[in-house]
Amino acid sequence: MGFVLSADGFGRALAELGQTHRIWAPVLKRGEGRFTDTDVVRYDFVESADQIDFQDRSDYSFKELLTPLSQTLFYYAEDQVMVPKDDPAEVIAFVRACDLCGLRRLDQMYQHNGARSDWYYDRIRSHVHFALMGCGHSFEDCFCASMGSNVAPEGSYDFSVDIDEDGNVLVDAPDEESAKLFARFASQERDVEPAHVDSNPTQVTVPDEVPNELYRAPLWDEYTTRCIECGRCNFVCPTCTCYTMQDVFYTDNGRAGERRRVAASCMVDGYTNVAGGGEYRRTAGERMRFKVLHKVYDFRRRFGYDMCVGCGRCTTVCPEYINFAAAINHLNDAVVALQQGPKEDSHE
Amino acid sequence: MSNQQVAPIRMSDGPAPVWQDNPYVPWPAKILKIVSHTEREHTFRLEFKGDVRPGQFFEVSIPKYGEAPISVSGVVPGSSIDLTIRNVGRVTGELFANYGEGDSVLLRGPYGNGFDVSVFQRGEVVVVAGGTGVSPVRGVVEALSTGEDPSHKHVIVGFRSPDNLLFRDDLANWADRVDLTVTVDGAPDGYQGNVGLVTKYIPDLPLDDPSTAQAIVVGPPPMMRFSVKGLLELGLQPQNIWVSQERKMCCGMGKCGHCRIGKSYVCLDGPVFNYTESKDLLD
Repeated sequence: MGFVLSADGFGRALAELGQTHRIWAPVLKRGEGRFTDTDVVRYDFVESADQIDFQDRSDYSFKELLTPLSQTLFYYAEDQVMVPKDDPAEVIAFVRACDLCGLRRLDQMYQHNGARSDWYYDRIRSHVHFALMGCGHSFEDCFCASMGSNVAPEGSYDFSVDIDEDGNVLVDAPDEESAKLFARFASQERDVEPAHVDSNPTQVTVPDEVPNELYRAPLWDEYTTRCIECGRCNFVCPTCTCYTMQDVFYTDNGRAGERRRVAASCMVDGYTNVAGGGEYRRTAGERMRFKVLHKVYDFRRRFGYDMCVGCGRCTTVCPEYINFAAAINHLNDAVVALQQGPKEDSHE
Repeated sequence: MSNQQVAPIRMSDGPAPVWQDNPYVPWPAKILKIVSHTEREHTFRLEFKGDVRPGQFFEVSIPKYGEAPISVSGVVPGSSIDLTIRNVGRVTGELFANYGEGDSVLLRGPYGNGFDVSVFQRGEVVVVAGGTGVSPVRGVVEALSTGEDPSHKHVIVGFRSPDNLLFRDDLANWADRVDLTVTVDGAPDGYQGNVGLVTKYIPDLPLDDPSTAQAIVVGPPPMMRFSVKGLLELGLQPQNIWVSQERKMCCGMGKCGHCRIGKSYVCLDGPVFNYTESKDLLD
């Protein structure tokens, strides 16, 4: 069921939705970027439609809603343990097609890797619904079409939002409740297909197989000299899920405090460290290889589809201008070169 | 702190009811006994009534200090588990300093696949273990030494020096029942025992048929690499060799990501891997 709404009508519909739901959406934060006089688009809870940034791709992903950067698992005090209370509010999150594809990857890890579904993830996930923001054009560094994540998966959103040239809001509402809501504020009822891109200026070729020889190949050495191991690529990624346990204490004697899990980065020092000094990946090149292969190979070997959704956020955020799409293409070139290598040598 | 709720869990309540449906909440397990092998290595016998296999691991935690994955070095079914712990980190440091018999530590698990001991009961088996790598195989060797065919079990264990020997009582018992070689990397002059790396003893293993023999290899990565190489040269088949991997593990349930190697998660698919799989686990 599709609807056309005026901007005002959409605003009123969203205000009504806001009575029963918290709204999690990208917000343009002026002057809050990492560098002087730069803006950033981050997710936040909003009160009204005009606070939502429909124009940009968010710099950070929506995932902090489901996997907070820091999440308390339990409090401890003397000989008692308490688990934090659930927040029962229903949430509607405004995301793009790549993010909804990313959501499937988050679900894959937290709900379907191993026999146990994640207790804390499930608790939040059960309250979250999604609204799709259509993409009328590609954003900087996007390569979603190459990754097959340019279209939202069937049934993944309650309603979609596109804004046409005249400022009208086009809504597709497969969810019945959402359809009822928008019908009341619509100026017109007609079929709406959420906008999506079919190709991007940036394109990648993902290799089918990565031979073991490439694990120690020189192609990764470049990143040892360029990458500063800040981990921003992981923290903006809508599919990165890693975390580390952290105990915090409120009193000097340590008898009261909390255990948290905090977002972890496979690029940052300490990720593989074990007690006694063991470390399994030391250089940025090795860490980059671990990350790239996870995103476009190892995840697929385990679950049957690639992890990277081609949103391009990691490329945009990198302070060293490391282009993730280029890294994938370099990898593919190396795979092809390895396959063709002996033939080329014989010509020379 | 309005954020708190849920029935408080009393640490003195004992293991059973605490788990609820939230596997991240550990329960208190009483330390029944502590055996000191060396100044830095003790075995803690903890109360645990559930099912567990040798080679699986638990997350042991002390609030404020954090959690550490520790492999199971022995099992008394329905009663207790042994965790052999080296004092090398924050959690273990606190454990060694301030915890004694009768105290409780927090526990969750068991995690990982562990060893299926029944697979190794029949036929010729070689166990090669080094240092604290002896812990995860101790339960296996114990079972094999009291099993149906101990005479065809060959065990090579190596330690850094005579002072670093673990499980001295077990070694004495095993020596009577299985073909046991205890060696140390180096020793002071006058030491009567074997001196040399575990790999030195692999070529001389008195196997009737290496092509059907099974092997378990656990220890530091270089030791495992060269031991497997030696076993393959001896004629063992790759699919008959098993290794146990060690990695950082924050959850034990396939979520935190730290232990992933390639497409495998050490906490879910391991820590015990068949060599045909582990040879492609590239960090």
